[in-house]
Amino acid sequence: MSTRHAIPAFAAVLALALGVAACGGSGDGGSSTSSTASGSSSAAIKKNSANAKTTITVGSKNFTEQKVLGEVYAQAFRAAGYTVKTALNLGDEKTALKAVKDGQISGYPEYTGTALLSFLNVPASKLPNDATEAYDDVKSGMQKQGIEAFPPTPFTSSNEVGLLKPEADKLGVTKISDLKSKAGQLTLYGSPECRTRRDCLLGLEQVYGLKFKKFVPVNVDQRHQVLTSHQADVSIVFTTDPQIKRNNEVLLEDDKGMFPPYNSTFLMKQSVAGSAGPDLAKTIDLVNKNLTADVMQELNARVDLDKDTPEQAAQAYLKQFKLIA
Amino acid sequence: MTLAVLGQLGDAIDFIFNKREGPGGAQVGGDQLLPLLREHLLITVVAVGIATAIALPIGTWLGHSKRGSFLVVSITNAGRAVPSLGVVFLFFAVLGAGFFNITLALILLAIPPILLNAYTGVRAVDPEAVDAATGMGFTGGQVLRKVELPLALPLIFGGIKTSTVNVLATATLGPEAGVVTLGDPIINPSSYGEAGRLGAAILVALLAVAAEVGLSAVQRKLTPKGLRLSEQATSRRRLLAISKRRIAPTS
Repeated sequence: MSTRHAIPAFAAVLALALGVAACGGSGDGGSSTSSTASGSSSAAIKKNSANAKTTITVGSKNFTEQKVLGEVYAQAFRAAGYTVKTALNLGDEKTALKAVKDGQISGYPEYTGTALLSFLNVPASKLPNDATEAYDDVKSGMQKQGIEAFPPTPFTSSNEVGLLKPEADKLGVTKISDLKSKAGQLTLYGSPECRTRRDCLLGLEQVYGLKFKKFVPVNVDQRHQVLTSHQADVSIVFTTDPQIKRNNEVLLEDDKGMFPPYNSTFLMKQSVAGSAGPDLAKTIDLVNKNLTADVMQELNARVDLDKDTPEQAAQAYLKQFKLIA
Repeated sequence: MTLAVLGQLGDAIDFIFNKREGPGGAQVGGDQLLPLLREHLLITVVAVGIATAIALPIGTWLGHSKRGSFLVVSITNAGRAVPSLGVVFLFFAVLGAGFFNITLALILLAIPPILLNAYTGVRAVDPEAVDAATGMGFTGGQVLRKVELPLALPLIFGGIKTSTVNVLATATLGPEAGVVTLGDPIINPSSYGEAGRLGAAILVALLAVAAEVGLSAVQRKLTPKGLRLSEQATSRRRLLAISKRRIAPTS
């Protein structure tokens, strides 16, 4: 029974997604432009032909958001006049950092939380909850390893508690702590590692005192499907997931600040950053300014749901915010 | 280098016996592994049990009636080519995540070796032995129970052992769909650390060895005394290389 329902339902979601995408070029994306870029005088990236002698190799890890970010930086640097190469398929953060240190790549975007946990060996229980503090820690910590961390993006790419909007309305919840009296009737789905992670089930139990009826570990790719198929009442999703808007999901506010910040900061070897001159930092700032969670969701959507290439999505972003012509 | 490897191994063994705080902040290892071990064994026993209950009667009957070799070979080959994780995700929409889904995938994994070995084992029984039994007035069922099955026992158990080891190893994908088995430390080094990953892998390997040894013991118990004696004699003769008698499937 449920398969027969699931397939048309999936098709409907897909059709909806494509429909949104069709008008997303101006309409959907446009609304987030006005909301985020209204106060900022986002000047275009200026080309400086003196930069051509500097070659920057932009790297990224091999998943959608990273590839899009890598492309965004690569195209922005190119617009600033640098000679740019890309290597957008590095396995994990350890591989990427080694590539930076060995000079295979000049730099790549990394999340502050990941850098703290993986590069600076901060225990999960000691991660700062404040985005600025997290960045400052990364900056000073990475400096000792000869690596410059540029100011981060507004968006954070972390775990969040997600559920379908009608379900949230029915339960009357907007914050995670609202779940307190209701968790006993709710089934939570999360990735296999969620059970033993502080920024997941472990934290929800310890920080919020939530006791869910059941926790079911599933492959991380299933995190939205379990909601739309009504297997899960609540699911742990990522803040920049494109499905959130398109599946009509809501994220509950983390009112006790349990999820550590995962803003994206561009990491670069100090020697390379120094020789690239002042245009580099300026370009990164211009690029980062408009990368809010909404915008990042949309960029991920274009690649994951609409099957644009990361290059196309990145170019659309830079054009939309008038960073390039 | 050797020392570093030994150090990691020592850490992994320590993880198996002593609880500790994992890099993710949770208590892991030691007695925290017991629920994982229990789930792992439970799902293995259920999956292999059901697979045996399905494949063994079909395999022996087809072997006895000397029919359906095409069917058996096709099922076996097709079954071996199907990836278990693919099966889990395929049935995700119907069954959801949980014990049932993973068990189904493991049953499908376990059937082909048991089916093929039961079929081949019974089929390959010396026709002269079957003729002699029929000549003595055995019915078809008696031939199967008293002659073919005992003679096919080594191959039948070979199939069950192969399936058990396969299932023990593959049950590690449990946490991908709702069942927290010993695969949890293996796929989550961020919560368990490298020691946890290696420690759980060692445990799974030990389980596989234990299953092999345990099933061999059961097999010896089930083998009729006469066969056990003749087997010993055969192996002794083989050892001395006085005579070599080839036992090969005739199909």
